[in-house]
Amino acid sequence: MKGSVILTDIDSFLSEEELQEIDGELEHVPYKSGAAIDALKIVQSKRGWISDESLAAIAKHLEMSIDELEGIATFYNLIYRRPVGEKVILFCDSVSCWICGCEKALEKVSDVLKIGYGETTTDEKYTLLPVPCLGACDRAPVMMVGDELITNLDDAKIEATFNQASSREDC
Amino acid sequence: MERVLTRNIANDPKPVNLMAYEANEGYQGLKKAIAELSPLDCESIVKDSKLRGRGGAGFPTGMKWSFVPKGEACSPGHKYLVCNADEMEPGTFKDRLLMEFDPHQLIEGMILSAYTLGADIAYIFIRGEYVVSIQRLRDAIVECYEKNYLGKNILGSGFSLEMYVHPSAGRYICGEETALINALEGKRANPRAKPPFPQVSGLWGRPTIVNNVETLCNITHIIHRGADWFQTLGRGEDSGTKLFGVSGKVNNPGCWELPMGTPVREIIEDCAGGMQPGLELKGFLPGGGSTDFLTSDHLDLAMDYNVIGAAGSRMGTGTMIILDDQTCPVGMVLNLIRFFAQESCGFCTPCRDGLPWTRQVLEDIYNGRGRKEDLETLAYQVKYIGGIGNTHCALAPGAMEPLQSALKYFYSDFEKLIEGSGSHKLNGARG
Repeated sequence: MKGSVILTDIDSFLSEEELQEIDGELEHVPYKSGAAIDALKIVQSKRGWISDESLAAIAKHLEMSIDELEGIATFYNLIYRRPVGEKVILFCDSVSCWICGCEKALEKVSDVLKIGYGETTTDEKYTLLPVPCLGACDRAPVMMVGDELITNLDDAKIEATFNQASSREDC
Repeated sequence: MERVLTRNIANDPKPVNLMAYEANEGYQGLKKAIAELSPLDCESIVKDSKLRGRGGAGFPTGMKWSFVPKGEACSPGHKYLVCNADEMEPGTFKDRLLMEFDPHQLIEGMILSAYTLGADIAYIFIRGEYVVSIQRLRDAIVECYEKNYLGKNILGSGFSLEMYVHPSAGRYICGEETALINALEGKRANPRAKPPFPQVSGLWGRPTIVNNVETLCNITHIIHRGADWFQTLGRGEDSGTKLFGVSGKVNNPGCWELPMGTPVREIIEDCAGGMQPGLELKGFLPGGGSTDFLTSDHLDLAMDYNVIGAAGSRMGTGTMIILDDQTCPVGMVLNLIRFFAQESCGFCTPCRDGLPWTRQVLEDIYNGRGRKEDLETLAYQVKYIGGIGNTHCALAPGAMEPLQSALKYFYSDFEKLIEGSGSHKLNGARG
């Protein structure tokens, strides 16, 4: 896959803003590859995900091989190597949420949005992913939608979360 | 009892800014240390306090610190203090509370710890999902630089400290201290071989101390009020207070600060309000997903490290997960093993290949495809995957703790599922 990436303009692929932020991180590390995760996060924050082109450009800028950076990018679950929707749903299915019925809540989310784990809605608004325990077990079951933590999930709350969001945009 | 760690955190908490924090004795510990105490004095106080690490392992903090080379024994260069705020142990939700509502308490504890250790750079390594904590810590750090509680020559002491919040890119294994250090260095978070220990050769090969959020919050008060005071706080053999939590089907799940040594029964019945109507307690994990089950026979045990250890489990993070009589214990263990199999870093074979194998066997049993010999297979896996020294780090042995104790206490539930008369469809069923 990576071999198929042909970048004639790899040196100009990253924006000035991205390069500036990455170089800011380089001040804190003794060698360039030390900023690998930070660089991935910076580019992802601008572009939503890490494409093969982004990966190649970051690797070159940090003087790393593409394979080495790929090994890092695919290790971490909050680095996305495939396109994601505007908001990522991090759905907690760890033990306390499971005891409190997260499987039923997950079915409801899937029903409302018509997607399963790893999938993105056709309007590209949401991507649904599982996440390790979100540390809000006293309010289980829980999920994050973008940066917002939504607790004590039940059918009504799940419908309200996603229906409100879509009706706001209709206005 | 006196609330220490949550003195600024009310029942309906609001985040505390610098002014409110200072109004309630905030940064008095730092001022006292700089005026009266040498780093060595501070280290003695922490040692004498008998504080044990609150991240799960319970290692004495003062002893951990004593391995850091100091003065002329340390080669020139940076020393690092890292706060482990990567709270991801299943069922654990205590550090979030401390960071969201009283960020300055943690920062003061970190400044005092760095002063003691001679560290000049401090990181708060925090899970990326804790967006509120990240923002409030960053705001608090800005306030500290303005007051010269951070930065160069802090309050004229000659001691300087830079502090950064470092949001993680995910993965449970980052909570293991050497994996965390690799993540901070921008690498895959595989744990490192020990020795060398991080205290000698950690971040970028320099002396590094990694401590949990709650541990560092305790330092604030230990330095300010002394080791003797701290020891009087415990009800049993351990000193201090602790954040204890309860999740699962209880009436009032939550997190409370109580003295060390508080009996399990008081936490579950008085604080958490007991079991929901119609349910009975069948078992509980005392301190997160990688601790052994205990049962209703253990409700009168004190939540002290050695007491819970002697009962065959670990106090871990002190946040209990309750198994009720309508939830299938096999399903609960399957959920945990699925988590640990997914979160294995993949570095060593028993963990990378063994945990998915265990998950497969449990899935078969849970879904009615189990065979009698599966129970022998599970016992075999517990022995070899759980054996200390068989794996590169403690993830896989931790994963085996709920399984081995479930086999001990809930064996008949496994057998019933294998015989086809299981009752797991009552709750938590997968269809």
